[in-house]
Amino acid sequence: MAPGVVWVAALLASMLALGRLFAGDYADGTLEQIVLAPHPLGLLVGAKVAAHWLVTGLPLVVLAPLLGLAFDLGPRALGVLALTLLLGTPTLGLVGAIGAALTLGLRGAGALLSLLVLPLYIPVLIFGAGAVEAVAAGLGAGAHLSVLGALLALALFFAPWAAAAALRISLE
Amino acid sequence: MNLFYYAAPQTFYPLAGRMARVFYALAAALGAAGLYIGFFVAPTDAQQGEGYRIIFIHVPTAWMSMFLYVVMAFWAAVGLSFNTRLSAMMAQAIAPTGAWMTFLALWTGALWGKPMWGTWWVWDARLTSELILLFLYLGFMALQAAIDDPRRADRAGAMLAIVGVVNVPIIYFSVQWWNTLHQGASVSLTRSPSMATTMLWGMLVMALAFWMYCLGATLTRVRAIILERERRSDWARDLARGAKAGKEASA
Repeated sequence: MAPGVVWVAALLASMLALGRLFAGDYADGTLEQIVLAPHPLGLLVGAKVAAHWLVTGLPLVVLAPLLGLAFDLGPRALGVLALTLLLGTPTLGLVGAIGAALTLGLRGAGALLSLLVLPLYIPVLIFGAGAVEAVAAGLGAGAHLSVLGALLALALFFAPWAAAAALRISLE
Repeated sequence: MNLFYYAAPQTFYPLAGRMARVFYALAAALGAAGLYIGFFVAPTDAQQGEGYRIIFIHVPTAWMSMFLYVVMAFWAAVGLSFNTRLSAMMAQAIAPTGAWMTFLALWTGALWGKPMWGTWWVWDARLTSELILLFLYLGFMALQAAIDDPRRADRAGAMLAIVGVVNVPIIYFSVQWWNTLHQGASVSLTRSPSMATTMLWGMLVMALAFWMYCLGATLTRVRAIILERERRSDWARDLARGAKAGKEASA
């Protein structure tokens, strides 16, 4: 059960802060300046997601071995749990940025954001928790970790671009 | 003839009405034939008894749920890239039918799963990804409904539909990749089907019937969307005035 609990915590931590990813900058007009800046918008969005991950993802990666210990995970499983979070939480932030950009300034944006983002989070959650369970069952976690890495590579490449396009739609 | 003639909502509106009637008629005829084959011609399954007959609804709705999402994402992408109004309206019109097909596929699957697997629901790869598809449809509709400006709603919805399209191959290949409880495909283009011929025919006819129904329902809905969005244009006003006059004349 431990990997599932920790992963749900990671998911909620990422999602709760998503609403604030662009909302503050949108309210005081900074976001328009960011969009007008000479740098590629995708890169700037990537930087914002990185900051979001440092606040919501990284602490959980660091704390995961401690939390896993409370659930009586073995030493190998503890390491894999931290590794899955390291690979998976950036994907959550990247995918979430698309949803945050699409729902910018809407009525009931918070609930809508969860509806948009949660389905896209589920695969990450399944493979993240699955890797730890595979190790605990004596199987290798290689396949699960590979899929998590592939998801991260895919999200890293496409999500900033998609979020930038969504921001332009929302700011029009 | 200009191929883009019907890309204008005004010219597409009457065409959609005529096509919808044809598709509904085809859906009724094919549906009657498919149900007849399914209930009276197809043999009883050796292992599953009569319970297997739900596949005549389950498989076509599951196919349509995935296919409609791809079509919706296609029209959304066309609308986003070429700024054509009708494409965005088509995407918006497809979403409720797609969600309905997904819902039917999930429920008929649950009704089949209870006697066959002994459970309504398992967190199997294909079941979970199909549930995600339902939420993608609902998210698309909720996002469009939450945005007042129709142009922004179209573009934001299109972005979401395109992002969500990654889920469709995951659903389709989930039974091969994970080998979980849901059985693999019995029908394939590259090898002979692993089921009785009459069962296969029943399923294919039902799939065509659902296809025709989805076309008819989508075209009916797109007509309503066209009227709603074009309500300030002259032709839509003339149309409404004509309908009103006709009603008064017949009364």
